[in-house]
Amino acid sequence: MKIFSRVLLVAGAMFALSAHAAISIFATVPEWGALAEEIGGDKVKVYVATTAMQDPHRVEARPSLIAKARGADLIVATGAELEIGWLPLVVQQAANPKVRPGTPGYFEAAAAVPLLGKPTRLDRADGDIHPQGDPHIQADARNIGRVAAALGTRLAQVDPANAAYYQARATAFGARWSEAVARWEKAAAPLRGVAIVVQHKAFTYLTAWLGMTEVAALEPKPGMEPTTAHLSEVLATLQRTPAKMVVRAAYQGDRPSQWLAQRAKIATVVLPFTVGGTEGARDLFTLFDDTIQRLLKATQ
Amino acid sequence: MALFAVPSAFAAPDAELADIRGEIRALKEAYEARIQALERRLKQAEAAVATPVAPAPAPVAAAMPSPAPSSSKSAFNPAISAILSGTYAHLSRSPSGYAIPGFSPEGEIGPGRRGFSLGESELVLSANVDPSFSGTLILAVTPEDSIAVEEAYGQWLTAPFGLSAKFGRFLSGVGYLNEQHPHAWDFVDAPLAYQAFLGGRHSNDGVQVKWLAPIDHYVELGVQAGNGDAYPGSERDRNGVGSSAFYAHTGGDIGATQSWRAGVSYLRTRSEDELGASAASRLGIADFVWKYAPHGTGRQNLKVQGEYFSGRIREATRQSGWYLQGVYQFMPEWRVGARYDRLDPRGVDDVTYAPRKASVMLDYNPSEFTRIRLQFARSELASGVSDNQFFVQYILSLGAHGAHRY
Repeated sequence: MKIFSRVLLVAGAMFALSAHAAISIFATVPEWGALAEEIGGDKVKVYVATTAMQDPHRVEARPSLIAKARGADLIVATGAELEIGWLPLVVQQAANPKVRPGTPGYFEAAAAVPLLGKPTRLDRADGDIHPQGDPHIQADARNIGRVAAALGTRLAQVDPANAAYYQARATAFGARWSEAVARWEKAAAPLRGVAIVVQHKAFTYLTAWLGMTEVAALEPKPGMEPTTAHLSEVLATLQRTPAKMVVRAAYQGDRPSQWLAQRAKIATVVLPFTVGGTEGARDLFTLFDDTIQRLLKATQ
Repeated sequence: MALFAVPSAFAAPDAELADIRGEIRALKEAYEARIQALERRLKQAEAAVATPVAPAPAPVAAAMPSPAPSSSKSAFNPAISAILSGTYAHLSRSPSGYAIPGFSPEGEIGPGRRGFSLGESELVLSANVDPSFSGTLILAVTPEDSIAVEEAYGQWLTAPFGLSAKFGRFLSGVGYLNEQHPHAWDFVDAPLAYQAFLGGRHSNDGVQVKWLAPIDHYVELGVQAGNGDAYPGSERDRNGVGSSAFYAHTGGDIGATQSWRAGVSYLRTRSEDELGASAASRLGIADFVWKYAPHGTGRQNLKVQGEYFSGRIREATRQSGWYLQGVYQFMPEWRVGARYDRLDPRGVDDVTYAPRKASVMLDYNPSEFTRIRLQFARSELASGVSDNQFFVQYILSLGAHGAHRY
């Protein structure tokens, strides 16, 4: 009994401490970690659950993630079922009522943007489809701006004492971001109409934003490994409708895209996909600098 | 829109002008998104016309505001999933006389029947009950046409101080494998130690309370109390607690590529024989699992796990058993694994031979919802008596299948 009361005492003390420290943010993917730092400044402490080299669909509910979610004040997730394979379990096992879905401590970026690629048919025969729409929203820079505004509002709600601070930083970021978006759109003008092949259907937002067209995907169905038979079909498609390049995210294996690129004699482009995906993509701004630069290079 | 914005902009100071420009840009962006969505709809509609069988009308385009949730009663239906499994077993010895010398477990033990057989079909219903509670019901439909309540529990979701509570019937939190359902196992059958000491696995009707330490490192303590009907306990005509368990688990990451979990558990159950004589069983379990994913992606990974059991079952001599297994996913769709099992009966029933078993398996996972497995095992439960077992197994998961535990 004595031990039990001591444990409670220590727990209580830690609880009290955490109330005064910076807001603790659990970001599921690097782009939202970077955004939380931009808006939260020195009032937040950010933990990012995955690296750019991990497939965000295939993460395990590891003990370390559960421990981090236990102490979080705010979870910043993509939503639209991107993290369906691990986040619900992490949240459930973290025993932290503050960050349960439906509470202010649980933020989904996808709720702040118009979702594309909503399937017209919900059937697992179509592969790993996302019923609410394509969750890879960060590939369109304008979406980052939309999420930034929503995240600023949410931070103000979670930590009302610093509400003005978050709102001011969100507004300032929004202004800088709008300028940057205009710059990227201008730089990416030559990409309009360029045809590409993608490895995973992860660039819907990028192609929609920059006016590129997606000719084919190397995965026969979303989330299923490319097969030789399907790659041959893609190759045949490319003879009718040629594409400039085959694009993959940094976390994906390079063999399927290399196979196709060699036979179709087109360029392969590795995009950072998120902050940290390439050496150049150090933060949100350089993420898009690097992405557009890599695409432009492949068109030359 | 432009006519309205322009005159007011003339009089506005720079800051306001910037605001208005921002608004116009936002409007432009919103309209662009809408136009793109409409273009997509048009394309979809054209495609639909082109195909002979026209699908249902395209749903509302993504950029439009989502419709209000439907108010039908079914909107609150729980999430439903089902697991279908089946096995073909080729066994060199008849499973009818299956026994583990030196141990006398009750429950689901042995390699199952020869030839084709349907495994247990699992039906899972789960939902939040209200803001504080969630409920889960897992039914097992056996091939003999009976239905068993595998798990039926409520969970208190809003407990303070990192506590969480489960009540009802649930798989006990002891060990590592015990809480996993058979469809999540890496081999067709449970390790010998689980069969000998727990009759397959330990299920409990009772209450469980877990506490997660409020530190950056994962430390979880659990305690549970139950009726202890399951082996090594037995049904008793008594008030109070028939089984109790304590466990502690810890774990973490080593760099970006490795992770681990380890724990110790203690289970105490009471049993009663036909004459009403009471006996206690005490069992300790040490478990660990270590996972290594070289590229951090899970495309290729290695999992090594082991558990050690030591205990006095129904006041017999202290006995022990262990298993060690490794599973390597060498391609995204393929895994290969090996397991070695060993028990030490320590002279109970005058048995001194240590039962042992070696298994190898290969499984193919065309998607995360399908698994097809080949397994070969050679078991020697008594000296000079060996059984060569060959299995082909399929596991299909349907519906809203939740994530698997670490």
